[in-house]
Amino acid sequence: MKVSVNKLLVSLLMSAGLVAGANAAQLTGAGATFPAPMYAKWAEAYKAETGTTINYQAIGSGGGVKQIQAKTVDFGASDDPVAAAELEKSGLAQFPAIIGGVVPVVNIKGIAPGQLKLNNATLSDIFRAKITKWNDPAIASVNPGVALPDTAITIVYRSDSSGTTAVFTDFLAQVSPPFKGVVGAGKTVNWPAGVGGKGNAGVAANVTKIDGAVGYVEYAYAKQNKMSHVSLINRDGKAVQPNEASFAAAASKASWTGTPNFAVNLNNQSGANSWPITSASFILIYKKAEKPEQSAEVLKYFNWALTKGQKMAVALDYVPLPDNAVKAIIKSWGEIKGPDGKPVYTAK
Amino acid sequence: MDARYQRRKFVNGLSTTLSGIAVAIGVAGLVWILGTLFIKGLPAMNWAFFTESTPAPGSEGGGMANAIVGSLLIVGLTTVVSTPIGILAGIYLAEFGDRSKVASVTRFVTDIMLSAPSIVIGLFVYALFVTTTKHFSGWTGSVALSLIAVPVVVRTTENMLKLVPGSLREAAFALGMPRWRVSLDVCLRAVQGGVITGILLAVARIAGETAPLLFTALNNQFFTWNMNEPMANLPVTIFNFAMSPYENWQSLAWGASALIAILVLLLNVLARVVFQSRSKS
Amino acid sequence: MPQNTIETEAAVQAAMKRQAEKSAVFLRQDRIFAGITFSFAALVLLVLFGILVSLMVQAWPAINEFGLGFFYSTTWSPSTGEFGAGIAIWGTLATSLIALLIGVPISFGIAMFLTESCPVWMRRPLGTAIELLAGVPSIIYGFWGLFIFAPMVQEYVQPWMINWLGAPFFAGPPLGLGVFTAGLVLALMIIPFIASVMRDVFETVPSVLKESAYGIGCTRWEVIRNIVLPYTRVGVIGGIMLGLGRALGETMAVTFVIGNANRFALNLFAPGNSIASTLANEFAEADASMHIPALFGLGLILFIITFVVLSASEWLIKQGERKAGGR
Repeated sequence: MKVSVNKLLVSLLMSAGLVAGANAAQLTGAGATFPAPMYAKWAEAYKAETGTTINYQAIGSGGGVKQIQAKTVDFGASDDPVAAAELEKSGLAQFPAIIGGVVPVVNIKGIAPGQLKLNNATLSDIFRAKITKWNDPAIASVNPGVALPDTAITIVYRSDSSGTTAVFTDFLAQVSPPFKGVVGAGKTVNWPAGVGGKGNAGVAANVTKIDGAVGYVEYAYAKQNKMSHVSLINRDGKAVQPNEASFAAAASKASWTGTPNFAVNLNNQSGANSWPITSASFILIYKKAEKPEQSAEVLKYFNWALTKGQKMAVALDYVPLPDNAVKAIIKSWGEIKGPDGKPVYTAK
Repeated sequence: MDARYQRRKFVNGLSTTLSGIAVAIGVAGLVWILGTLFIKGLPAMNWAFFTESTPAPGSEGGGMANAIVGSLLIVGLTTVVSTPIGILAGIYLAEFGDRSKVASVTRFVTDIMLSAPSIVIGLFVYALFVTTTKHFSGWTGSVALSLIAVPVVVRTTENMLKLVPGSLREAAFALGMPRWRVSLDVCLRAVQGGVITGILLAVARIAGETAPLLFTALNNQFFTWNMNEPMANLPVTIFNFAMSPYENWQSLAWGASALIAILVLLLNVLARVVFQSRSKS
Repeated sequence: MPQNTIETEAAVQAAMKRQAEKSAVFLRQDRIFAGITFSFAALVLLVLFGILVSLMVQAWPAINEFGLGFFYSTTWSPSTGEFGAGIAIWGTLATSLIALLIGVPISFGIAMFLTESCPVWMRRPLGTAIELLAGVPSIIYGFWGLFIFAPMVQEYVQPWMINWLGAPFFAGPPLGLGVFTAGLVLALMIIPFIASVMRDVFETVPSVLKESAYGIGCTRWEVIRNIVLPYTRVGVIGGIMLGLGRALGETMAVTFVIGNANRFALNLFAPGNSIASTLANEFAEADASMHIPALFGLGLILFIITFVVLSASEWLIKQGERKAGGR
C-alpha cells in the first residue's frame, strides 16, 4: 500500500542521514549578528583548509545564549558578556573572538558620512527622544556651520534581543544618567519612540529607507551599506571617526588578563583616538564537555581563528584581539575538560 | 421609467469601471512585485548559482546549491509524509463525516489550523523535537511544514470527494462493491485531479515558508545531504542574505526568490493541467 | 451471470453461503478501511489538538500571573517582565481589517471582471497572472514592502492622508512603516486567494440562471448582485475567511513593515506589532521566566481569534441559508 512505501522511504532517508552524520566533523554555532560576517568568512576559509564545517547562524545574542543553554548547538555567541553568576550556574566558559565598533548612522538629506558630530549629551538625548528634530540647537551647537534640516528624528532600534543594543545602551547609560533612568541598558530596552528592525541588517535597512532616521549598527553594516555614520566626541574630548584604528585604540586600553571571564567593557575608553562604543564579541562553550571530540574541534577552530583568522578581520572592518588577550584565552581553554577530567584540547 | 433605466445603466457602468480598476490595481501590484523579483533575480541565476554553495560575505562566486538541495529534500520529505496522512484523513471526513463526532471536530480543528501563524507551528516543533534531540535538523523542518500542509490536503480531499455525484457512488454500490472499493477506486479516482491539485497547492504554500524553518532546520552555510543536521534552505537563506549589506549576498537572495516564484508558478500551472485532464473523464 | 433458474436446494444454499462469505469478507474489509482512515483522521486531530493543548499549558503561567488583564493590557515590556497582549491584538486586528477592507472589494472586482466583462481570450492568462501573486513567497512581500513600497507610501500616500484625514487614525509623522502599510501589504497578499476562490465559485453558477436574468433585461451588475452573489454566498464567505485567516497568521511580511514597536497607538501610521511579528522578533531569546509564557499566550490568543472568526463565518453561512429557505 501507498502508506508503507512512504514510511519505508522516510526511514531510509533518516537512516541514511544518521549514517552520513557519523562521519564528517560538523559543528553548529548560533548567536550574535554583530560578528556574523566575520564568522562566516572564517568558516569558509577553515573549511577550505581543514574540511571541517562550522555552521554559524546569526539569530541574535539572546538567541545564542538560549541555544547553548538548551544544548542544541556546539557553541553560542553573544556581544553582551554573560554575567559571572549565570556562567557559573550554567557551567559555561566565555572568551572573546573578535572586536568591532557600534556606530550611530543617520539618514539626513545633505549630510555626508562622518560629517555630523555628536557628543554624549546630544547622542543620549536623541535616543531618549528628548531631542526630536535635526535642527535642534543642541545638535547645531556641536556642528557649527553645518546646515541641518527641519526634519523629525526617527529612532531606529533593534526589535530583537540584541547584544549590539546592550553595548550601545550600556555606553549611553554610562555617560548619561537621564538615559539610564528613562531607557536603561540591556539586550532589550523600552525605547520611548521609533521603529524596530530585526538584526543589524534590519536596522540598517530601516535607516536607509526613512528620511531623518538615526540608528545604531555594527560598523561593517554601516560601511558596506555606505551609510552616513556619525562622528562622536570621545572621553578625551576629541572627535573621532569609526574605523579599525579607533576601535583598536579603545581595545588597547582594556585589561584582558585581569577581567574574569574576559568580560571587558570597551565602552567609553580613554585615549585621544578611542572610539567610544567598542565591544568584543564572545563565544560560549561548556566547561564540562559532554562530547569531547566536538568541543575539541570547536577549540581547534577558534585557535585557528584567533591566530590565523585575525588577519582577515581588517578586510571586513573588524579589529583583531591583542596578542596578550589571545595568549590568555588559549591558556584558559585548559579548564574545558572532558568526562575523564582532562582538557579536551591543548593548543600546539 | 426612463430615469430608472438611466440609473440602472449608470450603476452598471460604474461597477464595470470599478471592477476594471480593481483588476488594474491587482495587475499593477503583480507587475510591480514580480517585475522587481525577476529584474533583480534572473541575472543572478547562472550556472554557479545552481552548483556552488553559499559564499561568505564579499567572497567571489558561490551560489545557492546547498539551499536548493536542502529545500528540495525538506519539501520532498514533507510531501511524502503529508500526502498519505492528508488524503486518508480527508477520505474519512468525506465518507464517515456526517455520522461521526470525531470527524466534525477534526474538520473544525483543521480549519483553525489553516489560519495558524506558521511561526507558532515552528515553535511547537522546536519545543517538541529540537530541544529533546538537542540539535536542529532538516527533518524537524519537514515536520513543521507537514503540520501546515496536512490541513490543506485534508480539506481539499474532503471537498473534492464531496463533489462526487451521489449517482456514481450508488451505481458502484449497486454493482456489489464493498465500501472501501467505492471510496478508493471509484470516488477518489473520479476526483484524483482535484486531489492532486490540492497536494500541489499545499506544496506551493510551504515552498516559501520561512518562519517554521527558523528554529527547526535553522540553516547551514555548507552543503549537506544529512537531514539529521541543520540544513540550508531557500527561505531562511533569502531572509539572511537579502537584508545583509553585502552585494553578492543580496543578488543571490533575489535569485533564490525568483527561483521559488518560478517553481510555485510551475506547480500551479501543473495543478491546473492535471485537474483539467483528469476531470475530463 | 448465473442463470436465473432454481436447480436444487443445495445449489441455492451453496450460492447463498458464498454470497454471505463474500459479504462477510467485504464487511471485514470495510471495517479495516474505516479503521485505517479513522486512525489517520484521529492522528490529525490528536496532533492539532496537541498543539492547542501545549499552547495552553505553556501560556498558563502568564495568564495566571497577569489575569484577565493579560488580554487587554497595553504594556509589553520584556525588560521589566510586564506583559499584556493589547498591543499585539490591536496590531493583528487592525492590519487584518485593513487588509480585508481593501482586499475584498478589489478581489470582488477582479472576480467580477474575470467572469463577466473579460474578453474570453484574456481570461486564462489574466487568471493565471492573479494566481501568480499567490505564489510569491511571503518573505518577498516583506522585502518589497520594506525596500520599495514603504518609502513610496511615506513619500506620496501618507502626507496626503495626514492632511486630509488626520488624527486620531492618520496622524503624522509619515514613516512609511507602520500598521497601515502592513495592512496594505497584507491586502496585496490575500487578493489572489480571495479573487481565485470568488472566480471559481462565480463560474459554478449555472448559466441558465444568469441567462434568464439577462433575458428579462437585467444589467450585468444586477445579475451579479441578485443572482450570482446569493448563489455563491457560501463560497464567497469561505474565500473571505481563507484570506482573513492568511492575514491573521502572516508572519514574515508583517514583521518587515509593521515597525516593531511595543507601544500602543490608535494612529495607524505609527509603528506597532502584531501577534505573529512579536513572536518572530522575540522568541529566539525569550527566557523562561514570564517572557516565554507570555509569547505562548499571544499564540493562544491568535487561535482564539481564529476560532471566533471561523464560528462567525459558519453562523453567517447558516443565517444566509435560513434566509434563502435552506438548500
